[in-house]
Amino acid sequence: MNAHPLAGLIAGGARFVTGVNASWKEHRPEDRQTVFFANHSSHLDFAVLWASLPSHVRRTTRPVAAQDYWESGVRRWVAVDVFNAILVPRHGSAAPSSQRAAETIDRIAEDMGDAFSIIIFPEGTRGDGEEVAAFKSGLYHLCQRKPDLQLVPVYMENLNRILPKGQFLPVPFICRVNFGEPAAYAPGEDKAAFLERMRDALCALRSQ
Amino acid sequence: MIARVASMDHALLLACGGILVLLAIATAIGQVLRVTKPPSATIVNLNQRIYAWWIMCLVFGLTLVVGPTGSLVLFGLLSFLALREYVTLIKTRRADHHTLFWTFFAFTPLQYFLLGIKWTGFFIVIPVYAFLFIPAMMALAGDTTAFLERAAKIQWGLMICVYCMSYAPALLTLQIHHGFGPDAKLLLFLVIVCQLNDVLQYVYGKLFGKRKIAPNVSPNKTWEGFIGGALTATAIGAGIWWLTPFSPPGAAALAFMIALLGFAGGLVMSAIKRDRGVKDFGNLIQGHGGILDRMDSVIFAAPVFYHVVRFFYGL
Repeated sequence: MNAHPLAGLIAGGARFVTGVNASWKEHRPEDRQTVFFANHSSHLDFAVLWASLPSHVRRTTRPVAAQDYWESGVRRWVAVDVFNAILVPRHGSAAPSSQRAAETIDRIAEDMGDAFSIIIFPEGTRGDGEEVAAFKSGLYHLCQRKPDLQLVPVYMENLNRILPKGQFLPVPFICRVNFGEPAAYAPGEDKAAFLERMRDALCALRSQ
Repeated sequence: MIARVASMDHALLLACGGILVLLAIATAIGQVLRVTKPPSATIVNLNQRIYAWWIMCLVFGLTLVVGPTGSLVLFGLLSFLALREYVTLIKTRRADHHTLFWTFFAFTPLQYFLLGIKWTGFFIVIPVYAFLFIPAMMALAGDTTAFLERAAKIQWGLMICVYCMSYAPALLTLQIHHGFGPDAKLLLFLVIVCQLNDVLQYVYGKLFGKRKIAPNVSPNKTWEGFIGGALTATAIGAGIWWLTPFSPPGAAALAFMIALLGFAGGLVMSAIKRDRGVKDFGNLIQGHGGILDRMDSVIFAAPVFYHVVRFFYGL
């Protein structure tokens, strides 16, 4: 499928504003279904990560976004029409029902089909840009459903400085997007251990 | 556009032609080295740099053809990008967000706007008004951690990346006697001498460099490179006196001054990079690094050159 023309424009704009600098490890991910998972500190995260991907990967990569935030008006148009996002309900920390969580994962797995890669922010919400919060368990459940997925950690630097949570005026900084070595779910791996391993892989990409 | 080129005077056209010849020779040397020598990172980098020089000369030349507004827009953009490289490298805190926003989107354009309307306020807006505004904004933000340090760093960045840089296009507004009107040739003289001095110091350093000047700051800066580069740049400056209102000895003296200041600029910027543990400020210009890596010498030379020329030759 072809990307929405505006998507290219937004990606170009994001590249221009952030002067983004993508760095890849020696082992580049293979061209197959991938979960790019990244730290989350700014509204620009998705656009910048997406803009840093090679164009043929970009065409088949969809963001996963929180339904409650992106559901209506212009936001919905940007998320769904422009970026072809997969919108999922977000579960507050108050007792997520496992029933609904399972539905969410079903939804993502179904929308991915066997062609689409996704971009997720497993912390679930934007952080302060310094600490990477504990991962929500969605990544684990998705790997239970689709164990062959290639998992690529992406550490994004300085985006919180451009547009910190709660600010709406941007300040230009040069961003770095560090792509890590592709990983995979090890069959039988314990949930907590797996999530911790993924989080460590992400944190290891910090340059300072 | 063609009319503009046609209306440029002979001296300016001759200088542009000279730059083209120089670029062609450099390109030829780069290609000969690439073909005849075993492949090495230095030669790859050399050819990247030469290629980038073509682009930089093209952009600079085009803005000169467009007129003073072109140069103002170009240097305004360079200031903006240089400031972005600078703040990326220094430590800022979340509470600095609004102050930085004003620095980028109010003081930077204001400086170039004032230059554009030729109001002398351009001399004082950043050293006085921004100087007071920045700490006031930061105090309002309420974060006292390393307060003075943070305020000083932002002010310093604004002085270097915007205020000092803006003296280069300010040369276009300088009124000179002897019928030498405000003109692009003074800016061209500054940029040619400054950049050739950088290149020559690098080349002499690579060829003959032994005694390091400040090994803790920059291992590449040697006495041999510095002296060879500065003397050659002085000779070149004297050789293009016809581009300027200066006499040949005057042009030599000014070129020598530019060479010294350019060297100082490179050294200061190296010290910052060394302290922060990076090699370059950015990677916008292939082979060269960032805007600040390329413009460090112009930033230091431009304000002093402006004032000295104004004092001795100004109306």
